[in-house]
Amino acid sequence: MIAQQLLNGLFLGAVYALFAVGYTLVFGVLDILNLAHAAIFTAAAFAAFSLSAAGMPLPAAFLLAAVMAGIIGILLDRVAFAPLRARNAGTLVPLISSIGVAIIIGAVLRGIYGVDERHFTTGGLDTAPALHAGPVTFTTVELTIFLSAIALMVVLSWILRSTALGRRIRAVAEDRVAAALLGVDLERTIAATFFIASALGGAAGVLTGLEYNSVTLDMGGPIELKGLAVIILGGMGSVTGAVVGGFILGAVETFAIAYGLSEWRDAILFGVMFALLVARPTGLFGKRALRAA
Amino acid sequence: MNLLADFYAKHSRLIDQIGINAILALSLSVSLQAGQLALAQAAFMGIAAYVSTILALNAHWPLLATIVAAVLASTAVAAILAYPVRRLRGVFLAIATIGFGEIVRVFANNLSITGGAEGISGIPNDATTPVIYGALALVALVLFGLSRTKFALAVALVREDEYAARGVGVDVGAVRTAALALGGAIAGLGGALYAHASFFITPTDFGFPRMESILVWCVVGGVTSPVGAVLGAALLSVLPEAIRFLADYREVTNGIILLAVILFAPGGLASLWQRRGAAAAAAAARTA
Repeated sequence: MIAQQLLNGLFLGAVYALFAVGYTLVFGVLDILNLAHAAIFTAAAFAAFSLSAAGMPLPAAFLLAAVMAGIIGILLDRVAFAPLRARNAGTLVPLISSIGVAIIIGAVLRGIYGVDERHFTTGGLDTAPALHAGPVTFTTVELTIFLSAIALMVVLSWILRSTALGRRIRAVAEDRVAAALLGVDLERTIAATFFIASALGGAAGVLTGLEYNSVTLDMGGPIELKGLAVIILGGMGSVTGAVVGGFILGAVETFAIAYGLSEWRDAILFGVMFALLVARPTGLFGKRALRAA
Repeated sequence: MNLLADFYAKHSRLIDQIGINAILALSLSVSLQAGQLALAQAAFMGIAAYVSTILALNAHWPLLATIVAAVLASTAVAAILAYPVRRLRGVFLAIATIGFGEIVRVFANNLSITGGAEGISGIPNDATTPVIYGALALVALVLFGLSRTKFALAVALVREDEYAARGVGVDVGAVRTAALALGGAIAGLGGALYAHASFFITPTDFGFPRMESILVWCVVGGVTSPVGAVLGAALLSVLPEAIRFLADYREVTNGIILLAVILFAPGGLASLWQRRGAAAAAAAARTA
């Protein structure tokens, strides 16, 4: 029973972590909270649905939808954030302009797809056989989702640690002015950051859609706010913290459901987040000082 | 006169909504003027909506009494919330207050007295158009009155430079608490009226999407004067109705307007008006 819950928690947590990693990456590099992240998550899930409905195999639809999400991320930056950066508008105004983009994405999706729930009909999601390994049971779909999320996070970690782009991103996150003085092309680095963050958020959206075999207009609502709690838990801007926070949330949620506390779990989650903000605003892994706005 | 009566009969719901939305936008503008992005307005609104509904249905209180009790409740909650968040600034304040709003929503979703996820129905529709616009006028009057006091100066100083405010002896904590409590009171008024202008209320009426809408109205209208918040709420409430032919796409315009205002008129629509007014005055002064 406990082993099964832990496994379910890992599966759920991997997708939360993937979403939160993109959320926190933008915060770490730009100090802004991107409230369009959940809209991109939803848009990618719908894109993957349409691609697979048009006959594309699921893995290809997944990757293409993630790339499309990344491109939306670059556009998001050009429209909602870059002009504000140019006039040093602070960190709160971009938060509001990202809501504007989220409204536009949501309305376009609603215009195209209406309010009905969509299901993936290809790929045999509904008929995937259950696998047994010792005391635990899972499906190949769950395992594939989990491994895809882990693979993407490993790729991100490799990019950030071992590539020239990763070094540029970390330099900009550390000190934008100094990085620019040392010859880092700020706008290109920021565009790359948005592509990566949004592609990961989009991938999380597709995987969530596959996990429940359900794509809806409001699927981004819960994860948008839970993702906030995850990145606060992990320390805003800390990628490692977001991964750990995502897995903690996944485990806590599955155990809360198993022990009949599911109605109150969100109150506990946001209560912990609130308490942590008040007591230790830098989170468990964050080293940043609390900034004045 | 008949034309006017026809127009009202056709659009009375929308007209009432505009009034309530304007009150909600004003409630947020108070804390924005103190430089705090505190995003708990929808929660204050919800607390008041439930208090006034429960008092009306279970205790049979008259409308005015339920509104007063609801406003007292939301004001108290806002004033208490101000204490733990007193050291938070910027996005951290925004996130903490979003979290508070979610906690309130979960409670509304699970308590039996709030009717759980189905909410409460059968609320008497006694918040009529004159009641709503009377309340809006009262709020505007109070805010206008306050704008000529030392309190308004202190609020502006806290917004522009907290350290300077401390330097000249402003009790920053007290100003922030007062701004949050006043915002909570006004949001509570809007929430009580919302309940009494709707047939039923549910927890999702007071969730994060509502909070986002209130923020958008405020930013589009501009927060430097009460006129801005009312203008923003009115424009963005009417527009989706006016362009119904766009069907499911119609919310797109609200997003585009929000972006356009942030990019091209950072002070909101009201500031365009003021800027033009100021420019005209300057031109008049030059020619005189």
